[in-house]
Amino acid sequence: MNVLVCVKQIPDPNAPGKIDPQSKRLVREGVDLVLDPGDEHAVEAGLQIVEQAGGEVTVLSMGPPKALDAIRKALSMGGARGIHVQDPGLENSDALSTARVIGAVAAGASYDLIICGTESTDGSTGAVPAMVAELLGLPLLSFARKLTAEGKTAQIHRQTDEGYDIVEAPLPAVVTVTGGINEARYPSLRGIMQSKNKEVKALSLKDLGLEGKAGKGALTQEVLTIAPAEARKAGEVVEDKGDGARRIADFLAGAKVI
Amino acid sequence: MAAAWVFAETVDGTPRPVVLEMLTRARGLGQAEAVALGPGASKAVESLGRHGAERVYLNEDDAFRDVLAQPAVDVLSGLIEKHQPSLVLFGMTNDGRDVASRLSARLGAPLIANATDLAQKDGGWAVVTPVFGGTMLVTTVPKGQPALVLVRPKAFAAEAKGGGAAQVEQVSVTIDTNRPMARVLKREREQASGPRLEEATIIVSGGRGLGAPENFKILDELAAELGAAVGASRAVVDAGWKPYSFQIGQTGKTVKPAVYLAFGISGAMQHTVGMKGAKTIIAVNKDPEAPIFKIADLGVVGDVHKIVPMLTQEIRSRKGK
Ligand SMILES: Cc1cc2nc3c(=O)[nH]c(=O)nc-3n(C[C@H](O)[C@H](O)[C@H](O)COP(=O)(O)OP(=O)(O)OC[C@H]3O[C@@H](n4cnc5c(N)ncnc54)[C@H](O)[C@@H]3O)c2cc1C
Ligand SMILES: Nc1ncnc2c1ncn2[C@@H]1O[C@H](COP(=O)(O)O)[C@@H](O)[C@H]1O
Repeated sequence: MNVLVCVKQIPDPNAPGKIDPQSKRLVREGVDLVLDPGDEHAVEAGLQIVEQAGGEVTVLSMGPPKALDAIRKALSMGGARGIHVQDPGLENSDALSTARVIGAVAAGASYDLIICGTESTDGSTGAVPAMVAELLGLPLLSFARKLTAEGKTAQIHRQTDEGYDIVEAPLPAVVTVTGGINEARYPSLRGIMQSKNKEVKALSLKDLGLEGKAGKGALTQEVLTIAPAEARKAGEVVEDKGDGARRIADFLAGAKVI
Repeated sequence: MAAAWVFAETVDGTPRPVVLEMLTRARGLGQAEAVALGPGASKAVESLGRHGAERVYLNEDDAFRDVLAQPAVDVLSGLIEKHQPSLVLFGMTNDGRDVASRLSARLGAPLIANATDLAQKDGGWAVVTPVFGGTMLVTTVPKGQPALVLVRPKAFAAEAKGGGAAQVEQVSVTIDTNRPMARVLKREREQASGPRLEEATIIVSGGRGLGAPENFKILDELAAELGAAVGASRAVVDAGWKPYSFQIGQTGKTVKPAVYLAFGISGAMQHTVGMKGAKTIIAVNKDPEAPIFKIADLGVVGDVHKIVPMLTQEIRSRKGK
């Protein structure tokens, strides 16, 4: 089974985010960059598939030079090789550009599965994987909280608002995984050492034949303004001295719900 | 007036609540029209019309029963080419996301996700999305037509309007079912008893502060007394105490009940973004510094294990039980 896992590098989600009012972009300076924790589950899912069925995991990331660290992290978990698409023209790319890049990389190889996170933790658009599926004419198995692949078929438990659906598709297919699908492994010391020698291929827009079709020349949206939202005001905070339940009941009665 | 379309996702012929919310907004933006697909979709026409759809494009092909995104994209792209709407709204649901994203790739059209508001601007659109737990609002201008916008549930309140019924236009499109597609084999429901979270007037929600999965029993008892739905924080869902369908917040459900009671929830912004639209918020937390108190109308510093059972008792006795 040949698996392509798509990963994104993002500012540490545990650090409070800031936006530069001038450029209207996320401040990246002085912020730790990490492999998106959601994508760690995608890497884990890919590794579990090849451990079962044989084959290799290739890790793909599009991003600035530093994104190589995210690829190395995924390789230290067990990925076999990396692909790093970097190009100054890709700065500030939107989802469609990102999908065209991933699509162009995948079109040049024969992957059985392309595994992505459901949504990036920083952007939370969750659009890239379905776009990739459309561009490649592949089925999409989205919101997977369980994934199995056997022979020429993949099956998932697709999370829904009400529970889950069992969904099946022929391979090759694009899959998006939720955080609930697995516990992502920690890289072992050996894995970290080995990752340093694994091949990471660098590709540019030109290499992919996407000049003018992705990135700066092909943006589909523009940020106009960024402004603080109206904040909700705090009310009364009281300490429970045995009367907490009664005070809540009074409040509920005041709101006419009891 | 330009047409503002709404992708009318239905479940067993009933529009999802977000569809009616979007129609309510769309009718103030242009001629509101809806696209309803799948067996039984005709049952939704009446309600779509009542919420502002002047026209409903309908296709009840069986293919929609088990395969959603690809056939929907076939129909939508054909309709869009023919009628050139300037805006198409989708609910930010699993299926809504898959359809809108595929459609964007097929048409090369701009897609903006997570929208909570939108307005006309210089002949185009300006779309508002919250970032950083809703503390900041970003306004984005999509370039190109049609603008595809994924709208967060509860961004608008659904309101029926008076007036005529929607005009129905049957759309005939041959759907190629021979290409590789993902198919639903079976649907499993894990819905809890009681009202649905999205529709409940009162929500009783628990966080990691409850200490253990079995302690949710005290919330269930309180919820039963109040006629409330039970929700949870992501910490609780990640720990496996409750299924994902309970999760409220950025990566879970958005709710807007009359009263939201948060028990043992710290109030991280990824949680509050999903519930701070509640009319009234009541929080119990043993930490006086918990961020949830910054948005609560009534905060009680105390132990949930003591307060919740007492509150259930108190309500019972007030009801004269
Ligand atoms: C990208 C991203 C998306 C996220 N999406 C969501 C989301 O959709 N929904 C969501 O909820 N979270 C989400 N989170 C996680 C969020 O940041 C918090 O980690 C989470 O909400 C914490 O849950 P909690 O308040 O239950 O747990 P904790 O933060 O552990 O808080 C437990 C609270 O209980 C209190 N407590 C403990 N014991 C008692 C007691 N006996 N009595 C009273 N109080 C007690 C403590 O003082 C504490 O405040 C997301 C995070 C990220 C990075
Ligand atoms: N720059 C990128 N490089 C590689 N994969 C990406 C990139 N951006 C998004 N993805 C993949 O698409 C998923 C959804 O991201 P998004 O649509 O941006 O929310 C992520 O979890 C990744 O798997």
